[in-house]
Amino acid sequence: MGVEGIGARVTRKEDKRFLTGKGRYTDDMTAPGMRYAYFVRSPHAHARIRSIDVSAAKAMAGVIDVLDGKQLLADGIGNLICGWMIHSKDGSPMKMGAWRPLAADTVRYVGDAVAIVVADTLGEARDAAEAVVIDYDVLPAVTEAVDALKAGAPQIHPESSDNLIFDWQIGEPDTTDQAIAAAAHVTEIEIHNNRLSPNPMEPRATLGIYDSAEDHYTCYTTSQNPHVARLVMSAFYNVAPENKLRVIAPDVGGGFGSKIYIYPEEIVCLWASKKTGVPVKWTSDRTEAFLTDAHGRDHVSKVKMAFDADHRITALKVDTIANLGAYMSLFSSAVPTYLYATLLSGQYAIPAIHANVRTVYTNTVPVDAYRGAGRPEATYLLERTMETAARELGISPAELRRKNFIRSFPYQTPVIMNYDAGDYEASLNAAMQAADWAGFEARKATSEANGKKRGIGMSCYIEACGIAPSAAVGSLGAGVGLWESAEVRVNAVGTIEVLTGSHSHGQGHETTFAQLVAGRLGVPIDSINIVHGDTDKVQMGMGTYGSRSGAVGMSAVVKALDKVEAKAKKIAAHLMEADEQDIVIENGELKVAGTDKALPWFQVALASYTAHNLPAGMEPGLKETAFYDPANFTFPAGCYIAEVEIDPDTGETDIIQFVAADDFGNIINPMIVEGQVHGGIAQGIGQALLEGVHYDANGQLLTASFMDYAMPRADDLPSFNLSHQNTPCPSNPLGIKGCGEAGAIGSPPALMNAITDAIGNNGLTMPATPMKVWQALHAAH
Amino acid sequence: MTKVTLTVNGRTVSGECEDRTLLVHFIREKLSLTGTHVGCDTTQCGACVVHMDGQSVKSCSILAVQASGSTITTIEGLAGQGELHPVQAAFKEHHGLQCGFCTPGMVMTAVDMINREGGSLTEEKVRAGLEGNICRCTGYHNIVKAILAADAEMAGGRQAAE
Repeated sequence: MGVEGIGARVTRKEDKRFLTGKGRYTDDMTAPGMRYAYFVRSPHAHARIRSIDVSAAKAMAGVIDVLDGKQLLADGIGNLICGWMIHSKDGSPMKMGAWRPLAADTVRYVGDAVAIVVADTLGEARDAAEAVVIDYDVLPAVTEAVDALKAGAPQIHPESSDNLIFDWQIGEPDTTDQAIAAAAHVTEIEIHNNRLSPNPMEPRATLGIYDSAEDHYTCYTTSQNPHVARLVMSAFYNVAPENKLRVIAPDVGGGFGSKIYIYPEEIVCLWASKKTGVPVKWTSDRTEAFLTDAHGRDHVSKVKMAFDADHRITALKVDTIANLGAYMSLFSSAVPTYLYATLLSGQYAIPAIHANVRTVYTNTVPVDAYRGAGRPEATYLLERTMETAARELGISPAELRRKNFIRSFPYQTPVIMNYDAGDYEASLNAAMQAADWAGFEARKATSEANGKKRGIGMSCYIEACGIAPSAAVGSLGAGVGLWESAEVRVNAVGTIEVLTGSHSHGQGHETTFAQLVAGRLGVPIDSINIVHGDTDKVQMGMGTYGSRSGAVGMSAVVKALDKVEAKAKKIAAHLMEADEQDIVIENGELKVAGTDKALPWFQVALASYTAHNLPAGMEPGLKETAFYDPANFTFPAGCYIAEVEIDPDTGETDIIQFVAADDFGNIINPMIVEGQVHGGIAQGIGQALLEGVHYDANGQLLTASFMDYAMPRADDLPSFNLSHQNTPCPSNPLGIKGCGEAGAIGSPPALMNAITDAIGNNGLTMPATPMKVWQALHAAH
Repeated sequence: MTKVTLTVNGRTVSGECEDRTLLVHFIREKLSLTGTHVGCDTTQCGACVVHMDGQSVKSCSILAVQASGSTITTIEGLAGQGELHPVQAAFKEHHGLQCGFCTPGMVMTAVDMINREGGSLTEEKVRAGLEGNICRCTGYHNIVKAILAADAEMAGGRQAAE
């Protein structure tokens, strides 16, 4: 392993700048002559725009210009797109309504951007925004997906008369229905997955800089994938051709999916910079973040799980209605389909599965991938159903899992996914042991003696990440490939740069990617720099989301390192007059195995660049590129257990312990992995206990600040008890499964199973706030 | 426009600003000290915490003109010459940060917490004391560890001073 190599708990190289206030986030960036932008946004959930009068605003102090959607259209700026085509059961394509970066004739959610004010100061821009006069024809609005499908609901887009975007299915309807009809027992349950706002601590921001001399744009932006931003802004939004557009995602303060998409603000700021002739900076405030950052989840599902007399699952039928909001966001169609329904087998051998998913427009913020993206929805549904079934069947939750675990691999599920390796029972056993599940009844008795309720719940999750094999996702409708790129550049005197298409917005790539190289070549970790986030520096890459940077991003680095190693060995062999086969790389040296002959790494590097004595025909230099296309998804899995104590007088839930037993395959840096799981669990607990986006009947967003939307704080959470039972991933060179989302995927059902266990009311929905728990408790008794 | 004079990280600085300018914006824009961050608009998140006259305050909740005449320490002023403050070192050692955006405010709050209650901090007290600082990345587990470790580390210094 080595002190700085794979598997080591190396503290992070990037920490110093963050700890000393030297981080460089987008809002920290300035440009000469920079001005500030403020967006005028619709206060109505649904309205036609009759007229926009910017004259008063333009005349105000400090205002450079006020621009609207008509001008944007006239300049040929394109509409936002959804990049994943999904077809309905009848073969028709998804109904993609037009999403203009600045609304020109219709606004469809509170917060929909209508105009941009550019002024000398932010204060002046805000003042002028209030002076923009917009004449709206207010229309009825609808916020719940279920309601939007009903006859008489307001029609949101001309493309869809009933607000249905697509009606999609996967699996075998007939076999599934037959199995359900023939079942010894059927568990039926309705599952709600509450809508969430990702809320990374850094609000979104863009600094758009147009250089008229070069007819070139630079865009600093809070993005998880700057190259994708450049591609999409060039190919679809017509901002500029790719070679005239540089996108830089510097330090980014968290993303969790919300910073994948290319939002109206980025496009408009770049366009406004050209129109006004000054660099334009926009920074979201927190209310704007709630109003415009893509939301997550928001599913309502009807579930039927069929069992035979031996408590084996014979079938699963799921009918889901998913709210996609007012417009189709970039990945939105994939989240409730190929990232969701393909995981409905869970850890279980289920012979027949059928899922039907209807996605719906409503007058709400667009919904897209948020940490877990479809897999939390699948896991929550499955694990709440399994818990319910266990209670109905009168057997323990663990026993029901054991009876149904997949035990032999590879395993082809009925819903596309082919699981390559795993040991689900190992995680179940480890979790139950760590939680002292056996001692629960005694602890419960103590709680009850103290007038408290106590419950314990488990969640056995599996997910698919490391996205994704390009041909596979292409065949399923994706508009892009999901490979990753890496360039390993050895400098003339031996230090190394790794340019990666992955992007770090908290994941510690500057350390973990360097560990990979340090471990492989035996060079000090300080001699390795990881470069990411700038389309001028780094070749095309697909960015970071879907827990892919380890499995896919690092695999690309490995492939490039393979090439560098091969060339270095050839050079060393030539210089030491040895056989290439006999060269080994150890502790920063290239040695002839079994002899004293060795050359330090830096010397081989120098030799490649002086080129005085290279093997015949070899090009100078020591720099190699690789593009890695994954062979399969990866399948992290595990078991989470939550134990709670509830005060029946207040409905407050105290999390006594939270145990996580995860299989992430091989691990590069256990410290980083633990951090990812901690953060994911915190978000999952947030979903289960605290968080939820709420709209009123008119489509006004009620939860638009941290006063109204309950974010998990330190005293809402316990410390976590983590362990690993790793089975290496067979499908990538490092055996990595990935760990970034698992915490958020596995935790909500563990919590809700524990709470419903404690209060004896299974109808409780997330978030299990004190009020709801109290009401559910008193309703049950 | 009003003239504001502050001592920031040991230096006396002055600038003109509108009366409605928040201290955090004065720090970030007039003084170009961008380590102090804005994460919300309702004073909940704590990314803006600085020390003012020895106490931790949310710089989004104070007008620059109100702060005029006071002594401010921002995250940039915490470390000595080249050395990390024990709290900063503990955050690094225990992986108490991921994206880094909440970190300056978190560290400043932690330093103040240890200043006030050092030696008697427990996990429960630390978690309660962090109520005004939101982190979305770490789940707080390692932040709590870091603060308790820093407290223990600094206890030696406190004992020596007594």
